Amino acid sequence: MQMKLKIIADEAKNMYNLRLGFIKIMKKKEILVLEDLLGSNKKIASEIRKELTQKGILTINFMSSPGAGKTTLLERIAEHMRPQYHMAVIEGDIETERDAERIRAKGIPAWQIVTGGACHLEAKMIGKLFPKIPPDLDFLFIENVGNLVCPASYDLGENIRCVLLSVPEGDDKPKKYPKAFTTSDCLILTKSDLLSVVPFDSERAQKEALEINPKLTVFMTSSLKDLGIKELVRFFITSRQLFLDKNA
Amino acid sequence: MHELSIVASLFEIMEEKAQEKGSKTIISVKLQVGKLSGVVPEFLITAFDMYKKGTIAKNATLEIEDIPLTIQCKTCGKTMVLDDFVFICLECGSQDLKTVTGTELLLEKMELEL
Repeated sequence: MQMKLKIIADEAKNMYNLRLGFIKIMKKKEILVLEDLLGSNKKIASEIRKELTQKGILTINFMSSPGAGKTTLLERIAEHMRPQYHMAVIEGDIETERDAERIRAKGIPAWQIVTGGACHLEAKMIGKLFPKIPPDLDFLFIENVGNLVCPASYDLGENIRCVLLSVPEGDDKPKKYPKAFTTSDCLILTKSDLLSVVPFDSERAQKEALEINPKLTVFMTSSLKDLGIKELVRFFITSRQLFLDKNA
Repeated sequence: MHELSIVASLFEIMEEKAQEKGSKTIISVKLQVGKLSGVVPEFLITAFDMYKKGTIAKNATLEIEDIPLTIQCKTCGKTMVLDDFVFICLECGSQDLKTVTGTELLLEKMELEL
């Protein structure tokens, strides 16, 4: 009886409050958004690409797991590019200035992005460095944070994306990390001087990489023995020429 | 683990859209995540639950629709779902394919309290 009275009392109170507008009736609305979560990164990246292209700079993004030999390969590339071509390097690392120092020691301008924990570079980080990039460059290399997963999702405004795979990492990696391979233009196999000491089936690695991305151009290199670097550099020079002709 | 950066971008869009509609509470969110998006849905959920605290989506639920990898063969014209990342037409063996779905990373819709 008491319970029933309480309910009646509550209802009366509610009606009173409603009339005075004290209780707002909750209204729901569903809205369709359909927006790309990486849309803002893509927008910045395409602005970067447009500006660098106008200056005649070919931008190349290097992705790989840590220790695949990105910095050493860039040191070698620098030697082959000189003196005809001007290049610069943006280094991405979670900590330290070490990689940029190594590149500068080769007489090449280099800027370090220290991500402080982030596992990849984003276009806005490249955008911040923009004022420092000299306009007379021919090539801008971006060495991404060592990680075969996350960097693959972020366009940095590059013209060519390269994925590096070192011989000691194993020939089974392309299918394990498909995104890095499907989004790349080039596969650079590194540390080929170790082929005689580690079991790495380079045919399998190439076959599996081409199965997930038939458009990949494959290079076999050894920075230590200076093998295949000349061919790689020639590929970059030709690509730049093609891209200059296309944008002329 | 770049899912937290993705979730940060998601919240930027969510908050902007809610504000446009004059809503201060987001009830639910639905995403489309492709098999080739490079994102792990489980990590997205964890990151979402961490990130939502103290925001207008603090009580929001997250639904993720997994989008399969679908290709269309440019040689034989057939459309099919690929279970592995082997980009070869299951019908004719051609490698000349177009990706139809599977790269999505989209905020599809959300439910707002008005």
